Amino acid sequence: MKAAPFEYSRPADIDEACALLAADESARVVAGGQTLVAMMAMRLARPTRLIDINRIAALSYIRTEGDDVKIGATARQCVAERDALIAKSAPLLARAIPNIGHAATRARGTVGGSLANADPAAELVLCAITLDAVIEYRADGESGEIPAREFYIGPMITTLPAGAVLSGVRFPIWRGKVGVGFHEVNARRSDFAFVSAAAQVELGDDGKAKRIAIGVGAATDFPLRLDSAEAQLSGTALDEKTVRDALRAALADVETLEDLHASADYRRRVAVDLAARALADARNAAQGKPHAH
Amino acid sequence: MRETLRKENRMRIELDINGSKREIEVEPRTTLLDCLRDTLGLTGAHAGCEHGVCGACTVLFDGVAVRSCLMFAVQAQGSAITTIEGVTPGPGELSPVQDAFCETHGMQCGFCTPAMILTAHALLADNPNPTREQIVEAISGNICRCTGYAQIVEAIALAAERLRGANRPKDARP
Repeated sequence: MKAAPFEYSRPADIDEACALLAADESARVVAGGQTLVAMMAMRLARPTRLIDINRIAALSYIRTEGDDVKIGATARQCVAERDALIAKSAPLLARAIPNIGHAATRARGTVGGSLANADPAAELVLCAITLDAVIEYRADGESGEIPAREFYIGPMITTLPAGAVLSGVRFPIWRGKVGVGFHEVNARRSDFAFVSAAAQVELGDDGKAKRIAIGVGAATDFPLRLDSAEAQLSGTALDEKTVRDALRAALADVETLEDLHASADYRRRVAVDLAARALADARNAAQGKPHAH
Repeated sequence: MRETLRKENRMRIELDINGSKREIEVEPRTTLLDCLRDTLGLTGAHAGCEHGVCGACTVLFDGVAVRSCLMFAVQAQGSAITTIEGVTPGPGELSPVQDAFCETHGMQCGFCTPAMILTAHALLADNPNPTREQIVEAISGNICRCTGYAQIVEAIALAAERLRGANRPKDARP
């Protein structure tokens, strides 16, 4: 369990990081390192150069800008977990983040690192897809952005251009009577999820769903938005039977993953259940009812 | 590739280890854990799985519990590291958390113990009055194969109680 040799660089800003990355195609960027360093220990990753962006202070922001919450690539998960602005303006993140790894890995792990790593079970990736977040990057001295739903294309595979460094993410702020829900199933608390589900709902004055977003993680190669269920449920009061029927239909033809831990059928069945619970939590929270946990 | 393998690319770093400044040279690929154990002789940080699963290598990094196997020593440049060797108030003494672990039999083989104690220190510095659930959550990333955890949870609760008492002014006691 020792990493192969590599050169180490600590660039002062993101453009220097991009230049280092462009100069060596086997170089890797390290943020929190909570996946990459383990992969290097197992020699599943053998970068020739490690570009450490941890000390680029300009990348650790959490702020609102217009209708978005903006989070810098190196903002720590443990900081985002307790951030008052995130709790208020991106409550789904506040609910999801405590499920990432353990306190000791959230202490180092970053928001941008998890988004770039693109693990199918990553809670932050699920939130980004569910809320239509936008991924921002720098490459060649220029800024670019990719909607989260176009950023993820496979397990640990993204459309981030070669030589680009993920610089941050924008989560749209929902206003009005908004509630969120997040549930996941795993063997031990905070382990990788077998299935996870996230939901965010805005209720109109008539108590019916005005806006709705539902995502399922860990069940497919990358988290999935349940568009058809969202369309079917919007404008309804989100009663349990309607919700379950819509979710079951939305997941019926999805090819779910199968492994030692969980069969494809199990994942589909549990996805319906967790998404239903997440939606119920979201609806209740939007109605101002306390969260039943 | 072979050229790279042979190349000596040691880097000089400065760390604050248990309150004293240490200047050392390490290869970039040396984890903070290996640096503590092999370069600095602080073998209280235990090498278990060495890929971030077991928690036995937990140390305090600028006061926060982290896995020392999941970062390279060069990344710790300029930071303050506390290992189990650094939590005792003086030679031959135990910290209140260590004391509580002894008293409640919060250990058996002892392999997970330094990391459990450091994790408890980090928890109690942040939250002096944790609920049982918060204690369980805090140590959920530290695997123990002997105790069944019950006495570890008890130890941390006892340490919390004593530390709260110690911090309270005398005349405020009931």
